[in-house]
Amino acid sequence: MGNRVVITGLGVCAPNGTTIREFSDAIKNGLSGIRHQPDLEALNFSCQIAGKPALSEERISQYFTPLELRNLNSTGIIYGVIAGLDAWNDAGLTIENNDEPDWDSGTIFGAGTSGIDKFRWAINKIDALEIKKLGSSVVIQTMASGVSAFISGKLGLGNQVSTNSSACATGAESILLAYERIKTGQATRMLAGSTSDSGPYIWGGFDAMKVCTFKHNHEPEKGSRPMSATASGFVPGSGAGALVLESLKSALTRKAKIYGEVLGGHINSGGQRGLGTMTAPNPSAVQRCIKTALKNAGIEAHEIDVINGHLTATTKDALEIENWKTALQLPDDDFPYINSLKGMIGHCIAASGSIECVASILELSEGFIFPNINCEDLSPEVAALIDAKCIPKTVIHKPFNILAKASFGFGDINAAIIFKKYTHE
Amino acid sequence: MNKEEIIEALKTIVEPYSEEVSALAHIDENTDFINDLKINSANLVDIVLDIEEKFNIEIDNDSMAKMLTVKATTEIIVQKLEAHAG
Repeated sequence: MGNRVVITGLGVCAPNGTTIREFSDAIKNGLSGIRHQPDLEALNFSCQIAGKPALSEERISQYFTPLELRNLNSTGIIYGVIAGLDAWNDAGLTIENNDEPDWDSGTIFGAGTSGIDKFRWAINKIDALEIKKLGSSVVIQTMASGVSAFISGKLGLGNQVSTNSSACATGAESILLAYERIKTGQATRMLAGSTSDSGPYIWGGFDAMKVCTFKHNHEPEKGSRPMSATASGFVPGSGAGALVLESLKSALTRKAKIYGEVLGGHINSGGQRGLGTMTAPNPSAVQRCIKTALKNAGIEAHEIDVINGHLTATTKDALEIENWKTALQLPDDDFPYINSLKGMIGHCIAASGSIECVASILELSEGFIFPNINCEDLSPEVAALIDAKCIPKTVIHKPFNILAKASFGFGDINAAIIFKKYTHE
Repeated sequence: MNKEEIIEALKTIVEPYSEEVSALAHIDENTDFINDLKINSANLVDIVLDIEEKFNIEIDNDSMAKMLTVKATTEIIVQKLEAHAG
């Protein structure tokens, strides 16, 4: 069976909230964090709106030493460290300055890329024949594992310290990897999460692929429209989400607050076979991922109360709902509630899964279902699949037990997790 | 710029890289960057960059490798400043 794994701490750096309290209020009230971005407009982007966490220099300076701040030019590391340290603190854990590291605690903190602005600066220096000017800060900020390295140094982690990378499934995957590590007894506590840089150099490639919307530059908050008839592509976002996962035994021993339990999940790939390609999901793999996650979690489809979808606001939204429907085999009038956080914060790429899991855990522990914004004109393809009442447009306050979360990524990869409300026995 | 002034300027440069408050306060010719000030060896290249900027000199790789103490560093700075002036 292995250890039961619970969530004891949360941290977030999202476009619509950079503390758990602010974020929780924002998602209940359907507050959008999407803003017009003058730099994207100046660079002739088609999509000139995006989601960025708002952080003051004063806030940032609480997490980094003056020396670290000197040449710090990696938004992803800033978001990840803030979310990670906040989650640690929220779990009631302290930062010890012992000689010995904390052998039982580790981190799996994912990223798509690291320090892209720093990387650009370094490349320009090299091309200008100023290689020496790079100094010592380029490698640590641009190595993919920069974020987990910064976090582990601050927390003194002595267990596995690693960065996973699986496109937009990164965040969900980090939680499942951390879960496995605790379940199998190799660690007592793992900080799971993921981060994604802000700015034109991370979002440019998506803009060029024409997967982002260009129709809402004049009305940023209306731009991200999952499940809407007028969805016309995703809005890029950025930020980080972090969760402290811990064995139930450890959480009970230290009388920690328990937000919820990770019952299990599954990670797979469609192999870019069948209908799957580099950028399109193989539906049979998505369905298999969801079904296997349920099996691993030991629950039946009808027990799911809420689905937190991937639902990016592209033409693939209806296909995703169809995949959930096929996988779950539930009657149309008894489908779980389904929502997408992307309406409020856009698609935070590598950070999407972890930020959305933080939202999911808040819903479970506080007993609410956040509203879907910008789908007042529900897509007819979606409406043909499930009852409109399953897609709440205003917040629902209601305790519930089980939430299913899935994230899908380029490379035809999938991750699904089953979370359960924790009730003291 | 005399030796004392160079040491004073060096002190300001190395300060952000060290947490050894007492060693910093008593910095002199014999101070060793790694052993006394406990500076992370990776940061030595950053100190050299700061020195280049402060004194408007260029430090070659061979000189850089020698800059482990205040004494050696001061000598190299004096030498480069003189070469510059000449």
